[in-house]
Amino acid sequence: MLDQYTGVGVFLAVGALFVAVTLLAGKLLRPHNPYPEKLATYECGEIPVGEGQIKFHIRYYIFSLIFVVFDVETVFLYPWAVVFEEMGLFGFVVMMLFIGTLVEGLVYAWKKGALRWV
Amino acid sequence: MTAVFWIAGILAVAGALGVIVAKTPVHSVISLVVNILALAALYLALHAEFLALIQVIVYAGAIMILFLFVIALLTARKDPIERTEGKLEGQRELGLVTAVGGAVLMIAVAASAGLGRMPANEALPSGFGSAAAFGRELLTTHIFSFELTAFVLLAAVIGVVVLVGRRQL
Repeated sequence: MLDQYTGVGVFLAVGALFVAVTLLAGKLLRPHNPYPEKLATYECGEIPVGEGQIKFHIRYYIFSLIFVVFDVETVFLYPWAVVFEEMGLFGFVVMMLFIGTLVEGLVYAWKKGALRWV
Repeated sequence: MTAVFWIAGILAVAGALGVIVAKTPVHSVISLVVNILALAALYLALHAEFLALIQVIVYAGAIMILFLFVIALLTARKDPIERTEGKLEGQRELGLVTAVGGAVLMIAVAASAGLGRMPANEALPSGFGSAAAFGRELLTTHIFSFELTAFVLLAAVIGVVVLVGRRQL
């Protein structure tokens, strides 16, 4: 079983090696001459204003949390889809109940205006 | 197989240590990703193929986003505020006691369940740990838990809207 993932392991190793070699080559080849203007944050050519690392609005959090809920739902869709044919109508009804319950949540969030960007 | 266990196991422990040792919160999150990916490799070694992929998709993907959001919401500055000793008296000592106690408890449970005596190479049913086997179990044996999961997720959605949504509506 694990043998099937040898390719994944090789891919990971080569990927990591590629990044390491590229960064090392860049470090060895490039001229080293930093000055304040060069080190400044790039803001489309404008003079940077304030800090680069700011506090985010809490509104983003609603979207990410709701995303996680539906991400988990998607996870359940995979095994269901694989056995869909042998499970037949029963499997379909079970999954519709599952999705229906979650759609209730989506409708609730929608009605409450949580999905609206003010 | 043993090599995978040792490499992934050491990476998992190193990642877990990195989470608590790292000075910057973002580095803690990256360590946690290392830990989660190492756990996924361990699941693969245990033939739990589907679980390993879920571990990557849900934990390394979605849950990590939540962690990063919390950091971005509170602070992502290079000098974190919360580096002083917390208000709770003696939390270091309590943490140590809890960690050691938890470890002893886990080893005791593993020993009493006879995990050390389990046969190493018992033949697994064909397709064990695959998405198809998981789906079959999910829709027959564990159908109640499956539908219950929907309600847990529903509670999460409603919780988000109630807790976070109020201020701007």
